[in-house]
Amino acid sequence: MSKITMNIDGKAVQTQEGETILNAARANNIFIPAICYLTRCSPTLACRICLVEADGKQVYACNAKAKEGMSVTTKTQTIETERRAIMEVYDVNHPLQCGVCDQSGECELQNYTLEMGVDSQSYAIKDIDRSSKDWGHLHYDAGLCIVCERCVTVCKDMIGDNALKTVARGGDSIADTYKESMPKDAYSMWNKLNKSIIGLTSGQEMLDCTSCGECAAVCPVGALVDTQFIYKSNAWELQQIPATCGHCSAGCQIMYDVKHTSVSNPEDKIYRVMNEWNYVSLCGAGRYGFDYENRVASKDETAFAKAIEAFKKADTIEFTSTITNEEALILQKLKEKYSYKLVNKEAKSFQTFLKYYSEISGTSLYGSDLKAAHDSNFVISVGAALKSDNPNARYAFNNSMTLNKGAALYFHPVGDPVIEGMGKSIMSVNHAPLQEEAVLYLILDLFADKSKLPTSVAKYLASFHSEKTITVEETIKEEIFEMVKEKKVNKETGEEEEVEVKKSKMVPKKVSKEVQVDENRLLQIVGVNSTFEEELEKNLKKKDSFALIVGEDLYGHPQAKNLARLVALIEKYSDLKLTLIPPLTNSLGVALICELDDAKGSFTIGYNTKANFTLSALGDGDLDMPSINQQEGTLTSINKRVNPTNAALVYHGYELNDIANALGLNAQNVIQYTAKLPLNKGFEAKDFDSLPNRYENDGTEVRGYVLQAQAVSVSSDENVEPLSEDSLKGTLIYRANPVRQFSEFTHKATNLDEKSGIYMSEAYLAKMGLHEGDRVKVASKYGEIVVPIVSDNKITGEIAMLPTFDLKLNSEAVFGDYRFAAASIEKV
Amino acid sequence: MHKEQFNSRNVNNGYYLVDIEDYPQDGWGKFKRVVRRTLRGELFVGLWVVLREMIKFDIHTIEYPLEKMPIGPRYRAVHEMKRLWESDTERCIGCGLCEKICISDCIRMDTRIDENSRKEVSQYTINLGRCIFCGYCAEVCPELAITHGGEYENASEQREHFIMYEDMLTPIDTMKAGKQLEFEGFGAITPHEDERVKKTPLAY
Repeated sequence: MSKITMNIDGKAVQTQEGETILNAARANNIFIPAICYLTRCSPTLACRICLVEADGKQVYACNAKAKEGMSVTTKTQTIETERRAIMEVYDVNHPLQCGVCDQSGECELQNYTLEMGVDSQSYAIKDIDRSSKDWGHLHYDAGLCIVCERCVTVCKDMIGDNALKTVARGGDSIADTYKESMPKDAYSMWNKLNKSIIGLTSGQEMLDCTSCGECAAVCPVGALVDTQFIYKSNAWELQQIPATCGHCSAGCQIMYDVKHTSVSNPEDKIYRVMNEWNYVSLCGAGRYGFDYENRVASKDETAFAKAIEAFKKADTIEFTSTITNEEALILQKLKEKYSYKLVNKEAKSFQTFLKYYSEISGTSLYGSDLKAAHDSNFVISVGAALKSDNPNARYAFNNSMTLNKGAALYFHPVGDPVIEGMGKSIMSVNHAPLQEEAVLYLILDLFADKSKLPTSVAKYLASFHSEKTITVEETIKEEIFEMVKEKKVNKETGEEEEVEVKKSKMVPKKVSKEVQVDENRLLQIVGVNSTFEEELEKNLKKKDSFALIVGEDLYGHPQAKNLARLVALIEKYSDLKLTLIPPLTNSLGVALICELDDAKGSFTIGYNTKANFTLSALGDGDLDMPSINQQEGTLTSINKRVNPTNAALVYHGYELNDIANALGLNAQNVIQYTAKLPLNKGFEAKDFDSLPNRYENDGTEVRGYVLQAQAVSVSSDENVEPLSEDSLKGTLIYRANPVRQFSEFTHKATNLDEKSGIYMSEAYLAKMGLHEGDRVKVASKYGEIVVPIVSDNKITGEIAMLPTFDLKLNSEAVFGDYRFAAASIEKV
Repeated sequence: MHKEQFNSRNVNNGYYLVDIEDYPQDGWGKFKRVVRRTLRGELFVGLWVVLREMIKFDIHTIEYPLEKMPIGPRYRAVHEMKRLWESDTERCIGCGLCEKICISDCIRMDTRIDENSRKEVSQYTINLGRCIFCGYCAEVCPELAITHGGEYENASEQREHFIMYEDMLTPIDTMKAGKQLEFEGFGAITPHEDERVKKTPLAY
């Protein structure tokens, strides 16, 4: 992509080749009105208000690509007439009860109506019944809807649920006289608008999607509103606190909207979460799981004294990765001072995986991020339950396909109708658990440059290939001749007579022939279907940028070391850009900052996990701690970015820093540790207050800073072990959370109401003769638990999913390090 | 987004307690207060003014508690909440504009969705300790729901008692009797309003 120069309203503007005029203008702070367009989604062309004149021709700025030397005028007489007419059309029959609309002034219809100076109405049409509908977590008021289709676009192009579509509106058609009297674009835009309204793709009355609420966020008017927010507060009363979501490793930028609780309670409360939807898309947990704060009335001095005592007695600190980098550093410093053992299972396996990966790659961090996945046109996902492990990775997966005409490969043992439903060019392969190794070998085989691969690896890969002769039936077109009788007018006589004409005709004919083909035994091991190779070939056409997303399944795999080395080989010898999904919010930060240990000692202090003495931000421990939305600090995201987050709510109790100070460390505020994060791991010595948290107009992410990958000494040994063809047999369980749940913190949020229990697909339940709500005993070689059944239509196949978000289930008890386990499921 | 406000970690919000002597709790203390207040010299200043005016025999005052001067429509006394003529229900739609415009930040309201899916004001308060009776709330109200009344005879131990929501609201029997007074002050509809409005075409 090269830089080009164009001219917008007399201003010379530099932009990338292939960029649209609208985005080029926005990046350079030139205003072009646009209602239906969403950055990172394909142009909808519903509003037509972004009409501009490019080189004397009227084009839509959201759709037209910028060209070298192009001259664009954003406002001419005709364009202004069109725009005003369009806004008048949008105002036709729009209710004027702005006082009770939840958009409360953050309304693009209001803004553009005023911008275009609409002070009178020239058009009218009979309205139809457009009553509001309750769609579950969303409320749709069709009366307010201007059918810009932004919700439909974002659901399809970004989220991948395809839950919304336009449906027929019914009612009168526009009076014929308008066709002559109205500006052309306004008329055709009205014509389209007047025929449609938003409906559910499923045809049901209730939304059945992954409930991200992104459609409500992008709605320019108050038509789509979060049910939990209806008539709660006016937007202008809410104070926006810029923060980073603390639920998963995506580290999305969010705004907590905060106001006093009620007339009688002046304490602040979070009313909703907002996002810069042009540049970042949230999942349901980020958007609705905001009230997980730990309200503490005052400092509990006796509990604090007990905590200090416990710290003096303890030899181990066990914790989860839902902590900030600063807290992780405090723990590390405590370890250095008092030689505590730091135990964090999930971060430890990630840390080890990264270490093995570095042995071949030579860098401390994986080479790419989700942005690269968004921008590529062929994405592969291995070892991640993508939709629930990291929703942003899933959005990147879907977005690369819809926007770049891409294709994708999804390798996972559990079938996922959401992923499969994203489009035809997704190839979903449900391999057996433990076969991730074979999958990586297959990727290496398909994508790596074999001439550069270490000879032993290349040789090993070649050993899977064999030649075989198969008979293929081919259809060829054969030319045949036939005599046809035709009636022709004799020019001399003027009469019609029959003449025989010889005509050639192409007729398809089937022939079978024998061909030599290459047979790849890896395909057989992975268990792909017979059309896989053919489809892959088709999907790989015209693809030039590739991305690989690797998930948590691999970190706890018995062959993790070999897998990490394979992943490094793939990154090194193929064009695939690699991103690893950290298992929890700040697993990457913890893995970099803390030296983690494997085994626990005799007396353990647990931070957000039950132990001999428990510090807990969940409010159920021996000493209360602030939760992420009550803390300042930084979180390290999957994109290797150190993102700052601010405290949305006050916290009156003790925090980890107080304990550290009592134990001999010295810092007034926990954020004093931000500048002290280890430089040799890629952190920078920057003060917390200097870290920005925003997006620029052109979509540039100006948040915190990006970790610098450190060079690691490599051994020349790039050999990998041959794959083991072991696989788990029998009834299988998988440790994964449903969408919108990540940890006990999301479980605590009142708006996230996912049931806890063992998740089984509908078909599997029917086969086992079980029903939702039945209690079953799940027993594996690690332990056994009794849990209720939850029927889940978002998974297919015969692997049951055990979530970890509800600690009461104690599902960790039936798993080892690997996320899959063989178990028995019996009704009790 | 600017972050200056979040970088200030001075959690003191600017309020401080004024140094006021505590109220007496026991009977003896209360008695001493009464004596101290009663026997101040200022009492005689007031008595002298009354006496002076009385012996001049040139009195222009009306006999106040028995007679009252008429109050102009733009007089801004304690607020009133009006009802709809059509249905006798409250006019307030809970748009929150009064809350927003209030320059002394003394209006607060809680809203929620009611059983009929309409916006309902569940709590509405005006802090009269802060209210400066500027009249902006009445002026901004799109429904002419909050207005200023003419009632200036208020007596209570607390200012808050003047402004109980039930008292501000037009009593239902006054409403039923058709005796709610329409407000003619700021924000009220002027005569000739129809001529100023551009009509929207209707396809019915």
